[in-house]
Amino acid sequence: MRKFGDLTEADITPKSVYFNRRQVLRAMGLAGAAVVGAKVFSHIAYPPASVQAGAKLNVTVKSPFSTTEKMNTFEDVTHYNNFYEFGTAKSDPSQNAGKFHTIPWTVSVEGEVKKPAKYSMDDILKLAPLEERIYRHRCVEGWSIVVPWIGYSLSTILNLAQPTEKAKYVAFQSYYDRGQMPLAEGSGILLPYEEGLRLDEAMNPLTLLCVGMYGESLPNQDGAPVRMVIPWKYGFKSIKSIVKIKLVKGQPSSTWNIYAPQEYGFYSNVNPNVDHPRWSQAAERRLGEFLRRKTLMFNGYSDQVASLYTGMDLKKNY
Amino acid sequence: MRDSLRQLLLSRWTKLVLFLLCLSPVGYVFWRAYQSNLTANPVEFVQHFTGDWTLRFLLITLSITPLRKLLNLPDLIRFRRMCGLFAFFYVCLHLLTYLWPDQNFDFAGMWKDVSKRPFITVGFLGFILLIPLALTSTKGWIRRLGGKRWQALHRLIYVTALCGVVHYYWLVKSDHRLPLFYGAILALLLLYRLSVSILKPRPAVTVSPPR
Repeated sequence: MRKFGDLTEADITPKSVYFNRRQVLRAMGLAGAAVVGAKVFSHIAYPPASVQAGAKLNVTVKSPFSTTEKMNTFEDVTHYNNFYEFGTAKSDPSQNAGKFHTIPWTVSVEGEVKKPAKYSMDDILKLAPLEERIYRHRCVEGWSIVVPWIGYSLSTILNLAQPTEKAKYVAFQSYYDRGQMPLAEGSGILLPYEEGLRLDEAMNPLTLLCVGMYGESLPNQDGAPVRMVIPWKYGFKSIKSIVKIKLVKGQPSSTWNIYAPQEYGFYSNVNPNVDHPRWSQAAERRLGEFLRRKTLMFNGYSDQVASLYTGMDLKKNY
Repeated sequence: MRDSLRQLLLSRWTKLVLFLLCLSPVGYVFWRAYQSNLTANPVEFVQHFTGDWTLRFLLITLSITPLRKLLNLPDLIRFRRMCGLFAFFYVCLHLLTYLWPDQNFDFAGMWKDVSKRPFITVGFLGFILLIPLALTSTKGWIRRLGGKRWQALHRLIYVTALCGVVHYYWLVKSDHRLPLFYGAILALLLLYRLSVSILKPRPAVTVSPPR
């Protein structure tokens, strides 16, 4: 396992202040409130700053799962996004997700569990100490990035819900609202976005329930306010803006699998030996690099996850 | 009015201005590179950009004949070769982004890719078919081949344009609107030719009288 090594503050590329107009106005509003000494009121009038995109998060744990590879810049990670609800071009989400309302937000944990629950973002932020995890992230399209995510293992919230004997899979669902996502209609995929994991995959400590990155809460275009990060699977498995986590008996359906089952399997583990029908998966372009680099089995996380698939034909279960 | 338009079309300067206009997308890329504004994935940006412009120039080239007839501006023919050659220029740049940053000039790997991936196969085919057209685009070659044969050869551009649209369609993940848009334009341009050739009165077959 790689250890969290010689990363310093200086390694984290200083990020340009990332505020959309709304938030600037909101911040101005907050400042005004402070001037008249009505901080308390502003807290009631505006939801706690901790859940607003761009708010500083209190990260107390540096994860041993972190890579020491060079991270991509905040600028890159916030301006090169696949988030089809906000348009299909990479630059679309950064332009169109600014007005996305993520407050208030509720995540429902339900299905085959003894203790179903609805969590507010405030609850989620307090369930466990927040960890920074610097993961490689590999898109099915053949590009990759390294991102300092913030969150904690999904197992935390699943254990609280206490899955029943019957629970074998976890199904996730994204938020979807045509009014707020007018470009989604042209995406060609069925929404709301759905994804799924086998229960043992979901319980693996690498599987991250993610609430932030680069020391702050998630920007809207990166899946605010809460998303999954599953670093050994292609990026589309890491569902964004989650509203529902449901424990289920059978293998759940997933958006890209519905769209093109022969191209996007349920597992979708990063695998240089199993090509996408239309392109090779043997290599990838790390953003910021000119030439492609070799793609690693399970995106370099074999030590942690290979055992989940012993005896399985990964060509068949792509 | 029409005379002055003709004069404009026949002017040497018009050709020069058009040449620079055709080159301006390259300038645009350099300008964005200078501003370090080539997106988080500059290689992909240039690859898609040159691909888009290849397709656009193919369609522009194919629209010259219909525009000549529909607008009654036969002099537009002066610009057709330039447009076609610019399509070839952009497809060369497009191919280079594949050969170099994508494949690092690994020709064995590239060959595997070309033969295995339909969208690359069809794109590569479109490129190959364009080579003889670029080579025989000169007046000398028109003379050597003879007008009829030259014209028949240059109908290959229909196939190349079709390859380009299919290449694009097969590449995108789920949002097919743009490739379909280009496909619709191509369909119109080809249908125009089809209807002209069907409606055109054929010369009656004449049997030469005995001497």
